Amino acid sequence: MSDAKIELRNVHKRFGSKVVLDGINLTVPQGQSLVVIGGSGTGKSVMIKCVLGIIRPDRGEIFVDGKNVLKMDQSEREKSLRKFGMLFQGGALFDSLSVWENVAFGLIQGRRMKRMAAKDIAIEKLAKVGLGPEVGELYPAELSGGMQKRVGLARAIAVDPEIIFFDEPTTGLDPITADVINQLIVDRVKELGATTLSITHDMASVRKIADRVAMIYKGKIIWEGPREKIDQSGNDYVDQFIHGRAEGPIGMDVLKP
Amino acid sequence: MTFFAIIGRVVLALLAEIGRLALFVWQAVSHIIRPPFFWRLIAQQVMRIGYFSLPVVALTAFFTGGALALQIYYGGNEFNSESIVASIVALGITRELGPVLGGLMVAGRVSAAIAAELGTMRVTEQIDALTTLSTNPYKYLVVPRVVAAVVTLPILVFFADIIGIMGGFVVGTSTLDFNAGVYIKNTADFLKFDDVMSGLIKAGVFGFIIAVMGCFHGFHSKGGAQGVGRATTNAVVSASILILAANYVMTSLLFAN
Repeated sequence: MSDAKIELRNVHKRFGSKVVLDGINLTVPQGQSLVVIGGSGTGKSVMIKCVLGIIRPDRGEIFVDGKNVLKMDQSEREKSLRKFGMLFQGGALFDSLSVWENVAFGLIQGRRMKRMAAKDIAIEKLAKVGLGPEVGELYPAELSGGMQKRVGLARAIAVDPEIIFFDEPTTGLDPITADVINQLIVDRVKELGATTLSITHDMASVRKIADRVAMIYKGKIIWEGPREKIDQSGNDYVDQFIHGRAEGPIGMDVLKP
Repeated sequence: MTFFAIIGRVVLALLAEIGRLALFVWQAVSHIIRPPFFWRLIAQQVMRIGYFSLPVVALTAFFTGGALALQIYYGGNEFNSESIVASIVALGITRELGPVLGGLMVAGRVSAAIAAELGTMRVTEQIDALTTLSTNPYKYLVVPRVVAAVVTLPILVFFADIIGIMGGFVVGTSTLDFNAGVYIKNTADFLKFDDVMSGLIKAGVFGFIIAVMGCFHGFHSKGGAQGVGRATTNAVVSASILILAANYVMTSLLFAN
C-alpha cells in the first residue's frame, strides 16, 4: 500500500520466555484512525512502544512514511520522532514542571523554541482542550484525572504531529468525562489531519474515535475491519470482547493473573 | 544438579547486569560530550546534589575529625602527641576519611533521591514521554546529574577537609589542651598539596559512582511502588560498596610509589 503511514510487518517480541508479540501485521493508512482492541496484557502497549522505538522488537520490520525505523541511527530516529505525539495512559505528565511547561515541553526541548513563544502556543493548545490559561500555572498533582488527560492531550498535539498515539485515553475516567475526552480527540485529530493509532478496551471510545478497528489476541491481529462492521464481524473472539462476556473462546487463561 | 543450576543462574544474572550497566555508562558518557547541553538542569542539580549536601557532609567531617584526634591521643604516644595528632588528623581526613565518609553520606542522600525520582518517572511512563517529545532521556535526566555530581563532590570534600581538620583542632585545643598556634603550624607543615589533591580526585570518581548508580537503578526500576523502593535500596547499597572498592583501588594506585 503506497499511502500507508505506519506499517508493521511480522513484528515479534518476547520478554524472557513470555511471547508478547507473535508476528503482528498492521497498516495504518494516511489520515485514518485505527483503534486496536484487546484484553489486558495482550501486547497492545508493547506494540506502540515498538513503533516509537522505546522497545526494540526481536524480529520484523516497522515502516513510518515508507522508512524502516528499526534501521535508522539515533539522530535519524530522533528526527522521525518529531512526527509523533502520544497521550499516555496515566498522563505521564512531568510532575516537576507546571502544566504549561508540560504542554510546551516538545517545543522548548525538542524544537529549541524560546520559552515565551512556546508558552503562548501552550496556552492556545490548553484552550483547545477546554482549559483556561490559569490552569497553565498549576502543577500536574493539583489536577483531577480528567484534567490530567486533557493536559496530556494538549501536550500530544502541541507540536502539530502527523501521527498521534493514544494509549487507553479513557481508562479511569467516568463515562461523561470519557466522552468529553473522546470528542476532544476526534475534533483535534480532524483539525490536524493526523494519522492515529489508539489502543483501548473501552468500546464507547472505539465507537467514537475509530475509522478502522483491529483486535489483538495472544500477540496476533485476529480481526481487522471498518468500525461499522464490528457488530457483524463474524468473529467469536471479537463478539465476546465487545459484549464483555466471561464465556467464549477467549479462555480463562488470559483472565487469570 | 539444582545446585549448579542456581550458581549458573546467579552468574548469568550478574553478567547480564554488568553488561546493562556498561551500556548505560557508555550512553551516559557519550551524551555528556554531545550537544545540546542543558545548562539550566545542570545548575539545578548542582544545587540539589552539592549545595544541599553541605550540612550533612560538614557535620560528618567535623565529628570524624574530632573523634580521630581523640583516638590518636588516647592510643598514641602521649609524649609527642601534640605534633602526631595534628598531622595524622590532617592526613587521615584529606586522604581517606574526607572523601570516603563524605562520599558515603552523599551516596545515602543523593543516590537514593535520584533512584526514587527516576524510578517513579519510569513506572509512570514519564521517561517514555520524554522520548516521544524528541528529548533524549539520557541527555535530559542522566547527564545533568552525572556532571553535577562529578563537579560538586570534590568541592564538597574540599570543605569537608577544612571542617574535619577544624574538628580535630577544636577537640585538640579544648579537650586536650594543645596550643592552638602549634597545632595549626603542625598541620600546615605536614599537609602537602598531593594529599588534598588525591582526596579530591577520589571525590570526583565517587561523584560519578553516586550519580550513575542512582540513575541506573532508577532507569531500570519496574513494578510500581515496590520496584521503586527496591531501586532506591539497590542504588544506595551498590553506590556505597563501589565507593569503598574504588577507594581501595585508587589508594593503591595514587600512593603506589
